[in-house]
Amino acid sequence: MDIVNEILLNEQKKAEKYKPITVDKHLDLEFDVGTLLAFDSNDVDTKLLKSDKDVYLQSLTRDNTQLLLNKIWELPTERIDEAIVVRLPLPTTVLPRAKPVPKPRPLTKWQEFAKAKGITKKKKDKLQWDEQLQKWVPLYGFRKAAAEKEKNWLIEVPQNMDPMTDMYEKKASEKSEKVAKNELQRLKNIARARKVKIPRVGLPVTSDKASATQLATAATVAKASTASLGKFQDKLPKEKEARGKGVHELIPGKERKRRAPIPTPQAERENNLNLLDTILNKRPKIDMDKAVAKHIHNEQAMRSEEKKNLKPSKGKRKGKGNSTNFSAKKPKAGRGQRNPSKKTPGRKRR
Amino acid sequence: MAVMQRIKKPTTRKGKKVLLAKAPKPIEGPKQCIFLQGRNPSERTRKLLKDIYDLKKPDAAYLSRKNDFVPFEDATIIEKMCDKKDAALFGVGSHSKKRPHNIILGRTFNYNVLDLIELGAENFKSMSEFQNMKVLAGLKPCLLFNGPAWDLNLDLKRLRSLFIDFFHREKVDTIRLQGLEHALSFTATDDGMIYLRSYRILLKKSGQRTPRIELDEIGPSIDFKLRRTKLAADDLYKEACRVPKESKQGTKKNISRDAFGSKLGRIHIGKQDIGKLQTRKMKGLKKTPEERKQMLLKKKAKAKE
Repeated sequence: MDIVNEILLNEQKKAEKYKPITVDKHLDLEFDVGTLLAFDSNDVDTKLLKSDKDVYLQSLTRDNTQLLLNKIWELPTERIDEAIVVRLPLPTTVLPRAKPVPKPRPLTKWQEFAKAKGITKKKKDKLQWDEQLQKWVPLYGFRKAAAEKEKNWLIEVPQNMDPMTDMYEKKASEKSEKVAKNELQRLKNIARARKVKIPRVGLPVTSDKASATQLATAATVAKASTASLGKFQDKLPKEKEARGKGVHELIPGKERKRRAPIPTPQAERENNLNLLDTILNKRPKIDMDKAVAKHIHNEQAMRSEEKKNLKPSKGKRKGKGNSTNFSAKKPKAGRGQRNPSKKTPGRKRR
Repeated sequence: MAVMQRIKKPTTRKGKKVLLAKAPKPIEGPKQCIFLQGRNPSERTRKLLKDIYDLKKPDAAYLSRKNDFVPFEDATIIEKMCDKKDAALFGVGSHSKKRPHNIILGRTFNYNVLDLIELGAENFKSMSEFQNMKVLAGLKPCLLFNGPAWDLNLDLKRLRSLFIDFFHREKVDTIRLQGLEHALSFTATDDGMIYLRSYRILLKKSGQRTPRIELDEIGPSIDFKLRRTKLAADDLYKEACRVPKESKQGTKKNISRDAFGSKLGRIHIGKQDIGKLQTRKMKGLKKTPEERKQMLLKKKAKAKE
């Protein structure tokens, strides 16, 4: 019994040597150990604050820090690289972000297709074994061009092509076409993601007004977008249909009649003779407008020549070498006096 | 990736990395901070901002040029600088007769100002005035908020969140026990005064596993007076606090541990029709054809009734 009492007394003495780590508070503190945060909602002693501000604040902080660290010491510890570490729980205080949450991006056309088909990406190594060169060749990056050059030191011209084609040039142009196509598809993907409308044919309008060709293309595409492919759409008298890349395929019914295969020699002879006849017996077609314009021009040129010859040239005119004498005036359409005797109606076209 | 959605792709790899770093991410890193000088900064405000900058290094930038602007009216200069430095927090110091030693602390969301809180520095003791060993830079401090006023006043609630944002550094999973050296205490009284004190934690023996804490003031020591505030609307604040789905941890349900430490799980089975359960076939219990006939007859008789 005495031994037990002795040991207990010793322990008590030892404990008394050290200061206590417990703190008494009216209200318990709220902790957020994840952010090392403690919130003390006990009232602040204003009297002490006024009298001994710093001392009071230090003691208050010491108490609260003790409580917070007691909480931290309760957590499970680990040993990482010779340091004793505590695993903190997730923080509970919600702090506002610096930037908004990123929105999920819509998939590109290829990604959708791959998802539907179940195609997964296979990682390719940089180096690939090339049988022809019998060595490891990089697939991209440093020394790829040199390896390609070595492989393609000679490119044969196949049978069906013109023997004078430059195969290297052809390869380069094909590559640039592929790059351009890839760029176009990338831009289309971006336009689809941003929900920007792009016309099916031709380039999109950049300025606020569309050019004449763009408008013509748009009108042609719209005309052909009916159920009967524009067959019953009326056309304005002078309306011309758009021409260009991609538009031709949209205009329905414009397939050229393919010529029949080479007929029998007699038929061929007859065809050729008929052709010659039409060429040689052709009567010249008179373009009335052009003829009249030419005639008037000739008359005016003659008149100006006469005028020049009448007037003696008053000394040599220095300078202004290229003074062109435009005696033939441009015919006016609306302005100027209307001459009813003139046969051509409206504006002259040259 | 936002970088891929650009019409003009970045030409250099370094440029691409810079753009990716600026893009919004689901889980963000520590917030960057900038310190500006406003109209007529005083010595005290400059020193104060410098001290806070020291506390926040390396996630901060201290800009020493004087800008003549009033943040409460025109916040575009702040937004522009934050955009340039990719910062979400800022502090501006100015001085006038009406508002002496004025500090404006604030934060941005999506490069627009979210909160602006104006504090007046009444008493200030800088770190250099305390002659003792300081704390290592970059440590995560213990934050302590004293006084019930923090929870009662809406302005103080936002200010508390702003202070936490400013000083909590970044979210960490583990912390070294020896690395808990810095403690910041914010005490709020009812008359609008906020006392900021900064201490160094000394761990003393206590006879038990958990050590006894002693504090040593290292500074800065600031007495703030809360002046004007310009807080964000509730819905904008809510939008800013939105947590993306990926970072939310799903709670594991139906798993518990008993007193002995063994893991117990709870399985929920739907309603069962005992009569139609498939059990083992015991040949001896099979009904003979006569018995079946009798059962049928019984059923018919019952149906007739």
